[in-house]
Amino acid sequence: MNFCSPETWSNFAGEFIALWTDDTHAYALFKGEFLAVELTGGAYPALSVRHPGAGWFERLTKDLNGHEAQGAHHTATAIEHFRAPDGTAPWPEFATPHAEGLHQIAVGPIHAGIIEPGHFRFSVIGEKILKLEARLGYSHKGTLGLMRGKSPRLAARFAARVSGDATVAHSLAFAHAAESALHMHIPERAVFLRAVMSELERIANHTSDIGAIAGDAGFAFLDARFAWHRESFCAAAQSAFGHRLMMDVVIPGGVAADIFPAGPVAILRALDALEMELPSLQRVFEDYASLQDRLVGTGHISTHLAEKYAAGGFTGRASGRRTDARQDPGYAPYNTVALAIPVETEGDVAARIRIRLAEIVESIRLIRLFLDLPRTPIAVAPPQSSGIGLGVAESFRGSAWHWLKIESGLITNAFIADPSTLHWPLLEHAAITGIVADFPLINKSINASYSGVDL
Amino acid sequence: MVWKTLARHLAAKPAAPRHADAGTTEALSQRLKETSARKLGRSLAIRHVAAGSCNGCELELRATQNMIHDLTRYGLSFTPSPRHADVLLITGVAARNMIDAVRQAREAMPDPAFTIAAGDCAVDGGVFKGSPAITGGADSILPIDLLIPGCPPTPAAIIEALLALLEAQDPPALIMREI
Ligand code: SF4
Repeated sequence: MNFCSPETWSNFAGEFIALWTDDTHAYALFKGEFLAVELTGGAYPALSVRHPGAGWFERLTKDLNGHEAQGAHHTATAIEHFRAPDGTAPWPEFATPHAEGLHQIAVGPIHAGIIEPGHFRFSVIGEKILKLEARLGYSHKGTLGLMRGKSPRLAARFAARVSGDATVAHSLAFAHAAESALHMHIPERAVFLRAVMSELERIANHTSDIGAIAGDAGFAFLDARFAWHRESFCAAAQSAFGHRLMMDVVIPGGVAADIFPAGPVAILRALDALEMELPSLQRVFEDYASLQDRLVGTGHISTHLAEKYAAGGFTGRASGRRTDARQDPGYAPYNTVALAIPVETEGDVAARIRIRLAEIVESIRLIRLFLDLPRTPIAVAPPQSSGIGLGVAESFRGSAWHWLKIESGLITNAFIADPSTLHWPLLEHAAITGIVADFPLINKSINASYSGVDL
Repeated sequence: MVWKTLARHLAAKPAAPRHADAGTTEALSQRLKETSARKLGRSLAIRHVAAGSCNGCELELRATQNMIHDLTRYGLSFTPSPRHADVLLITGVAARNMIDAVRQAREAMPDPAFTIAAGDCAVDGGVFKGSPAITGGADSILPIDLLIPGCPPTPAAIIEALLALLEAQDPPALIMREI
């Protein structure tokens, strides 16, 4: 970490990842650089002017800690709704473009499907979307506050519930942070088991999302087949780790339990079934013109825009950005496998699906390699010491970063940056390239987490 | 390719049907008698609301609809509109920012209706219990008829609980009688 002057802070030109504050400092994480600047009068210089991705983080520091970003253009609250005790709140102002024939469509917080809550405000002319504003914070649960005063092992339960679909990745990032703060060395077997779980989680999410996008385009066959595969991966996770989503298995110091004896066979069987059917499912995607018509060119995110917001995960990789936390900064055991990272430049829904299909293939390869597990213990106990740690893990949607301050074995401060934080503003941009009917496809193709940013 | 796969799966059998747990059914039917003996019949439309979840519960709720668990074969289905719903199924804690929306969803539903809290968070706040950002489980917003514990509850557990709801009701009066 580099303690720097407000000038260095404001003028730093690197790739922005995350920003947060504690009682005395504001911290900014850039690619390969970690800056801290002292708070003056509860304020710090805004970064969002130079790095638009910092906007949400700045609004969040205001809502969580009351710290002001000086010079920020967008100062609306992030998760604070100013609720009265009876739950009602003043209706927020939405920025409305001025245009003839414009009207607004309000969607949410309760959505039509079985998904998390959030409000979307579309300003439209006819079918064309002129502007989309997302209002989040509905599922704010106070996760960061709950972590304070707890041991890393106990607080791991909150990390596992930052975003249920990325529970392994968040648990892993949290464990990495705790392990770096407490200078722990993790047994080899745990490292490999964690990687097996991470890749299983990636496949499970990619399959269900790809299917769901096809389903939204009215193509029930693909939806059904991909949902079937997702189900078989959840069942395999159950046989291998005792939980369909593998929640609470990754803990600081290693893993909570070894893989069950029936696990490897169940996993390999699910992998084989998917590998066998995947090429034909991919062909269906590519061959059906009515499906391609809905996906190609839809929800376009230019490379320039993706760069500006430092988009990660398949969202970034479909828009020309070769980023993957498994490789850069990298963590074990991925340094042993020559990771293949698919990259495309089209930046539309179809490209994001192609990237995810390619990632499935790579994850299948990796799991088979990683299942050759070293024979070592599976965990070490965290010491009662102090330290500051930063941890990262590549979730299926991008890099999840956790920051922990630990004193005498108890967490005194924490911050969590889900990759969705950088993707929500991109969704607002991607939406205006399309019509209202395309929005569900665009939304699902990025699949930003609500819970992950509401915290 | 589509046709070949479709043909192959025509011959495949669905998973063995699940059954409601007798104990849950008994307790539930007792409770329904005490409250109002509401009768909704065997085909229920469910409106799901996430009131502050981590999205794990939603994943498993969605999985009840896949072709393995196949919720619709029991006459149960999810509906986007509260106006068509017989059941309000809540997942997640009662996040302060969602309380108003949950209440409005219930008000938009016709009576009578059942309310279900699915997942440990909705049951009593789960791991988030005690956070100032929440008021507790779903029962801190509305009276709840049925609890489905689990973090998240498995699709099988969700289906079994919903079946208990069907079994626990007295058989609906025959419409024929009124003609
Ligand atoms: S019960 Fe568990 S899976 Fe469900 S919302 Fe709560 S933390 Fe997530």
